[in-house]
Amino acid sequence: MNRLSFLLAILVAQPLLADSSLPPAYWANRQLPDSRQEAKAEALMAEVRCLVCQGQSIADSDAELAGDMRDLIRRRIAAGEKPSAIQGWLVQRYGTWISYKPTDEPAAWPLWLAPFGLLLVGLWFVRRRIGQRRRG
Amino acid sequence: MSKAIRFAPLALLLLVIVALVWRLATPVDTNVHSKLAGRPVPFFTLAAALPTKPTVSSTDLATGQPRLVNIFASWCVPCVSEVKVLQSLKSRGVPIDGIDIRDRPADLTDFLARNGDPYERIGSDPQSQLQIALGSSGVPESFIVDGKGIIRYQHIGAIQASDMPMILTKLEQAK
Amino acid sequence: MIAEAGLAALWLAAGLAAYQFLLMILALRSNLEVARPMRAVAVVQGGLTLVAFAMLLLVFARSDMSVALVFENSHSAKPFIYKVAGAWGNHEGSMLMWVTILAVAGAFLALFSRRTTERTLIAGLGSQAVLALGFYAFLLFASNPFARLFPAPMDGQGLNPLLQDPGLAFHPPTLYLGYVGLSVAFSLAVGALLTGEVDSRLARAMRPWVLGAWILLTLGITAGSYWAYYELGWGGYWFWDPVENASLMPWLAATALLHSMNVLAARGALKAWTMMLAVIAFSMSMVGTFLVRSGILTSVHAFAIDPQRGTFLLVLLAIYVGAAFTLFALRGASLKEGAPFELVSRESGLVVNNLILSVILGIVFLGTLYPLFVEALSGEKLSVGAPYFNAVAGPLALILAVLVGVGPLLSWRSERRPVFRQLRVPALLGLSALVITMILAPDIHILPRLGFVVAAYLIAAAVLPLVGRNPLRAPLATWGMVVAHLGIAVALTGMAANAAFSSERLGIAKPGDTLSVGPWLVQLEGVTPTAGKNFTAVEAELRATRGEGAVILNPQTHYYSDPPTETNESAIRTFWNGQLYTVIGKSDASGGWQLRLWWKPFVTLIWAGGALIAMGGALALLGRIWRRRRLSSGEWRRKGYA
Repeated sequence: MNRLSFLLAILVAQPLLADSSLPPAYWANRQLPDSRQEAKAEALMAEVRCLVCQGQSIADSDAELAGDMRDLIRRRIAAGEKPSAIQGWLVQRYGTWISYKPTDEPAAWPLWLAPFGLLLVGLWFVRRRIGQRRRG
Repeated sequence: MSKAIRFAPLALLLLVIVALVWRLATPVDTNVHSKLAGRPVPFFTLAAALPTKPTVSSTDLATGQPRLVNIFASWCVPCVSEVKVLQSLKSRGVPIDGIDIRDRPADLTDFLARNGDPYERIGSDPQSQLQIALGSSGVPESFIVDGKGIIRYQHIGAIQASDMPMILTKLEQAK
Repeated sequence: MIAEAGLAALWLAAGLAAYQFLLMILALRSNLEVARPMRAVAVVQGGLTLVAFAMLLLVFARSDMSVALVFENSHSAKPFIYKVAGAWGNHEGSMLMWVTILAVAGAFLALFSRRTTERTLIAGLGSQAVLALGFYAFLLFASNPFARLFPAPMDGQGLNPLLQDPGLAFHPPTLYLGYVGLSVAFSLAVGALLTGEVDSRLARAMRPWVLGAWILLTLGITAGSYWAYYELGWGGYWFWDPVENASLMPWLAATALLHSMNVLAARGALKAWTMMLAVIAFSMSMVGTFLVRSGILTSVHAFAIDPQRGTFLLVLLAIYVGAAFTLFALRGASLKEGAPFELVSRESGLVVNNLILSVILGIVFLGTLYPLFVEALSGEKLSVGAPYFNAVAGPLALILAVLVGVGPLLSWRSERRPVFRQLRVPALLGLSALVITMILAPDIHILPRLGFVVAAYLIAAAVLPLVGRNPLRAPLATWGMVVAHLGIAVALTGMAANAAFSSERLGIAKPGDTLSVGPWLVQLEGVTPTAGKNFTAVEAELRATRGEGAVILNPQTHYYSDPPTETNESAIRTFWNGQLYTVIGKSDASGGWQLRLWWKPFVTLIWAGGALIAMGGALALLGRIWRRRRLSSGEWRRKGYA
């Protein structure tokens, strides 16, 4: 077995870790009535790494802690908090690793500069090649 | 094509290989370490987990002497063996507070009756909210909090009997 | 004795590979006559690996538990088809499959390659042999699939029901054929760099191999994406996970190669660049295999990580890619760039195509490995995921899709005709898509909106190469190109529609409750326990309606005991204009059930587009082979294998 399938076999199978006997938190699997707030919450949840399964976002995870984090995010969004503030609050506790979106810290700058750098290098190559016409 | 360009792929390959070799030599640490180590415990209050026992709040954790805060649950299998180690820590005078994750009072009473009760106070965290606020991601985990309420050490996983000297030293250092 | 026969075949094949490599060195140093047995050696080597692989299938089919691999991965009570598929559903077996494909590809190259000079073919076969040699060593010294157990256990351990899935059984071989098929392009490039014969003949010799591998990769990725979509139960079809990226990178490189090869074949230009891409494409296959097999990037739990195997693969990777890059550095200077071209020409269109594809490849590669660099340098952990890749690769892909409509209209060398006039209709379509989405859906995000615009434009632009000529007399390869480019427009439409118009409903429902999602009202009729052969399950009965009539969907949750796991089995209903996707989750204390419902308009176009792209490739491949047969049938008979 390989690549995609190997990973998926593992993702698909949620091992039954010891689960608590309490039901999921209220907002873990419910949507906020305000669709704008819900959209904000879902966008944020897709960027937060699940700390239990570690290969998925909390939006795609059945883990209990992921459910509790979804609950936390929906509550805070409903209370009017900004997604970036909630993300900052989580990063303060778990480090930038929890965010699938590289944040604006210096260590992530090369990532955001890379596309432009690669394009420039590429264009420079292409220019040289096409410019050959005049010389040749 | 200049020499520099022709050798560039080779240089990049070398860089990647070095990084991959480093990764093979340094296994991935899948533990999630709280970034709050060295910082004060965030303000919190919790409901009591049991009517018979006082609850924990952040003010209880800044009492002038170091305390061990244990995140546990009755449904957590490794917690059963950890409680015995906590008992012997308690007998050495270590004050231990418990934060009970996603639990029911009846189950907790049962758990304590069966395995012993090393806790001075137990607060209930039914939706892991305090656990998340502390930057913890599993049960059991433990934090050593010094007399001023500053987190000095996070222990991920159950404290084994062999960890006891280390925990006692950390507590000593936190004084 | 079967396992021993397989092992012996492997050893013999390894010996022949070494001999084949030696023949190449001797031939290139003295005269080509020395290499006369080379083709036969390559064919026998390929045959021997087939024998070894057949022996592995046989021990699995017979459930011979004295073979350690069978004991670990099979069970006598498994259905026959999964017993056989179990042969490659594990590390050792999949590596044997890898090396078998490698050696058989070498045999085919020896049998059918008539395009290149004898010298380059000999050098290429030598390279293929040395590639195989490393993987034989890996199998024989670090991953022996035929190791015995004594005493033989009564029965095996591999009854994991989750691994008994048709997707898991047939997805890996498809991808492997694609990955390893690229090895031929690698070997031919290395061969040509050795002999200095980088020319249009080489490109034509490479083309069917790259096309074939690329078709299989396209199919494999498309099928894998759909499989993830229905199995994972969260409605996503691409997650930018490191393991997915590992399969995407060879595809991106092969796509670029496919286009640059045409410049080399038609005009003799872009020599160095095409050779580099041919090397990179297979290198990406090896990088992907290393990343997955060593497990270093997959943070998903329960992955058996074996540092020894990881090290072995890394050494192979470093040797092969390093040697090819060194060869490139030493020989690249002597490559004379071919015929010149102007700024507006087919060549420059393909160059820009390559530029953008390479930048996307660079982004995916960097994004996948960047966390590792940062952690090595600073000790900090950092994540790069979907938000980054979507933000960066998305706009680049859209620009590329715009150029896809232009490039095929341009003529080689220099374009003096007013071709851009032909694009008026496509541009008008794009513009109307913009206006329509602005009016009907003013709130959607910019990327999906641009996706609609570009897709509308491309649907018209892609067929332009067939306009103004008799389509029936157009070469099959042109048809292939048109179909593949249409596939891009179709897939893009599906992605944009999914991103812009999907509706999601997460909620708790008790029997009798109704939830709405998009135009649908979905009522939970009831939840009943049920059981399968090796699992227990709960099954929901959902009654969905949108006006007239109703459809019933039955999503399930399966509970397995050995190992204890649960899976969500989504129930999906496909309509002409979208899919209704339903999942049942856990029950809460009060008798309610978690329901996850999605209405995904036109989402199926994503995979239909992928299939069209692969079909376009298949048409082009047919066209090339057909034409070659016609052109060279005389030569074919004269030089036929004897």
